[in-house]
Amino acid sequence: MKVALHAEWTKLRTVPGPAWLLLAIVALTAGVSAAAVGATSCPPGLRCPVDPAKLSLTGVQFGQAVVAVLAVLMICSEFSNGMIRVTFAAMPARPLVLAAKASILAGLVLAAGIIAVAGSVLAGHLILPAHGFTAARGFHAVWVTYGPSMRAAAGSVLYLGLIALLSLGVAAMVRDSAVAIGAVLAVLYLFPIILAFVTNPAWQHRLERWTPTIAGLTIQATTGLRSLAISPWDGLGVLGIWAGAALLGGALTLRLRDA
Amino acid sequence: MSTGTMSRPGRGAVRRSDGFGQLLHSEWIKFRTVRGWVIGMIVAAILTILLGVFAAGGGGISCQQPGRPPQTGKACLPYVPHGPGGEVVTDSFNFARQPLTGNGTITARLIALTGKHVDLSSPGGTEAGSGPGLVPGLAPWSKAGLVIKQSLHQGSAYAAMTVTGGHGVRMQWNYTGDTAGLPGRVTGTSPRWLRLTRAGDVITGYDSADGSHWTKVGTVHLAGLPATVQVGLFATSPNYSVTSQSFGGSSERGGPSEATGVFDHVRLSGAAASGRWSETAIGSGGPAALGPVSRATGFSQAHGIYTLTGSGDIAPVVPGPGSMLPTATVEQSLSGAFLGLIAIVVVATMFFTAEYRRGLIRTTFAATPHRGQVLAAKAVVGGAVAFVTGLVASVIAIAIGVPLETSQGQVVLPVSALTEARVVIGTAALLAVAAVLAVALGGALRRSAAAVTLAIVTVVLPFLLTALKLFPPAIGSWLLRVTPAAGLAIQQSIPRYPQVATTNSPAGGYYPLPPFAGFAVLCCWAAAALALAYFLMRRRDV
Repeated sequence: MKVALHAEWTKLRTVPGPAWLLLAIVALTAGVSAAAVGATSCPPGLRCPVDPAKLSLTGVQFGQAVVAVLAVLMICSEFSNGMIRVTFAAMPARPLVLAAKASILAGLVLAAGIIAVAGSVLAGHLILPAHGFTAARGFHAVWVTYGPSMRAAAGSVLYLGLIALLSLGVAAMVRDSAVAIGAVLAVLYLFPIILAFVTNPAWQHRLERWTPTIAGLTIQATTGLRSLAISPWDGLGVLGIWAGAALLGGALTLRLRDA
Repeated sequence: MSTGTMSRPGRGAVRRSDGFGQLLHSEWIKFRTVRGWVIGMIVAAILTILLGVFAAGGGGISCQQPGRPPQTGKACLPYVPHGPGGEVVTDSFNFARQPLTGNGTITARLIALTGKHVDLSSPGGTEAGSGPGLVPGLAPWSKAGLVIKQSLHQGSAYAAMTVTGGHGVRMQWNYTGDTAGLPGRVTGTSPRWLRLTRAGDVITGYDSADGSHWTKVGTVHLAGLPATVQVGLFATSPNYSVTSQSFGGSSERGGPSEATGVFDHVRLSGAAASGRWSETAIGSGGPAALGPVSRATGFSQAHGIYTLTGSGDIAPVVPGPGSMLPTATVEQSLSGAFLGLIAIVVVATMFFTAEYRRGLIRTTFAATPHRGQVLAAKAVVGGAVAFVTGLVASVIAIAIGVPLETSQGQVVLPVSALTEARVVIGTAALLAVAAVLAVALGGALRRSAAAVTLAIVTVVLPFLLTALKLFPPAIGSWLLRVTPAAGLAIQQSIPRYPQVATTNSPAGGYYPLPPFAGFAVLCCWAAAALALAYFLMRRRDV
């Protein structure tokens, strides 16, 4: 396993793409969060139904697209240039290769996610009180002093990691980078779009409980917790099930098929 | 292609002119012989239909009247009035009226317009009609004024001169017509004089600040107006709602409102004016019964001063959460186009990038050295395949989805055949142009991953972020103007009426740009991507 990890790390380290993508995760997540926070204010006298923690973490919606690209490229680029044959010749145990890829990917995405989410939280902490979201008006701080905010932040980092694993699993099943990215972006963004169109409450409830992104992002909620379709950690757990299923599917496909 | 014919100078031009047709043919063969792509397009069509039908079929309503078993779907629908133009309308107001036979003129001075609306600063403000929650205040489109109406039936033709809560004097007719008159609010020191004149089918509206200097606001032709019409004073007030500048949660709050107009100097001239005013609440049992409209009505008349209170609206019904009816739009059955779009973008990108990956591009360029022609042929074939796929999918989705919406008790807002054709063909064209954009990005970037991500993220993400209110409305509407997502406006079937307060959410059916303008933005992006691809391909070897 140590050798496999080292091999994956070398493959990733020696091409410029992954470094840029990691940088893009941080920049896009923190940048969009800061823009969303900066564009929102609560004028005096109005009741604002805003969840400060969720607002401060808006950028995760964008960052996850880059995470997905990074994860897909990690395996599909090997399929497209034939490198995968060398990899499997050196390490015939397919699940081991996938596990090594998953570990390296998760480590990198979690590291980038920590920086990105820290930047988002910092933006919320610095900007929101000046825009009317003060403790005096009943808004909780987006800072280490408020537990649920920290749960939302830590959960968002884990969310990005799980999205990476989900994407890696789908990519291992699909193998072609274009199809894999299409499939992953569809999984990430289509369910929220369907939710916007569906008016049937029963289906809305099902979508909120069982789809990877909607359920997973409930980890960011710090207000109205009682009206959520699924509790924050359970929601992240649903995403975890999706990611685990995708990885399992990927491992099985790699095992059953020739490279 | 033999080198012999190529070397003869005189025939080169001839070969090139039919060469593009041949190039198209060869690109078509390349497309149709890759089984995965053909399957991809079929899957795109099927998913578009299934998702559209799912979205259309998810809105069943149920209701129960006292003493009767509960009902679902169509049986729940109240009488839905249609306006003279065929659109679904709200027509409920309080009417102090008398019949007028032949030509005539009604004049009145409005000395006060006051109202009450639901208290949005109290925690219970969102609860519809929660009793004592009304506070003084006017909704922007609270109305009181004069009206000449074909009959007392809901949806009949009319023309009105009205003072509004926040939009000055307006002349409105047949639900969709709206022209501005004098601006400003009515106060004790600044009343508004209003006048409507009927001459045959033609009704002219005037306003004045002093009763002696009159300005013509508009002239409208109400086709087929009978000899005897109903003329008088009216007051009505739509639901009062506030959309706070926030997102990520339910930011739309609203509830009923009512308006009271106080008139004097009311004069009706013309044949057979009886002089007696009687009060009729139009539409009191109508569709407004579904919505949280205050039932307040009232009319009193003393010493030449007329006070009239009403609640409701005289306006087209529009989609969105503020609507009083369970409405659906034609394009709702086409919401599956997003899924189809993703599949088509993937296939169209691979149509180009696969050649780079397999090295086939070298053969292609050896056969046709002109880069621009190859690019054009690929764009034409990719676009045409996407168009046909999209057309088949949207025709089937509409054919299944719209009857399904109706059977579930939704009021599918009717549109003209021309508009429906624009929505259906526009959806197919949207997919075609997105495919061209993807082909061009594939040619420019040569990498599937980057091209697919760029095409999907620029077309889908701006819509999603605005629909989910993840961005403030200002940024969201700006994104839907300048990004390729603007092209989705081609699906909007119901125009935005300025005289009806709505939310501007694209999920509710509204885009910031007009349909063809939005589509043009997408076309510009596709053209720019083609130009970039051409430029890069000319500079590069392969």
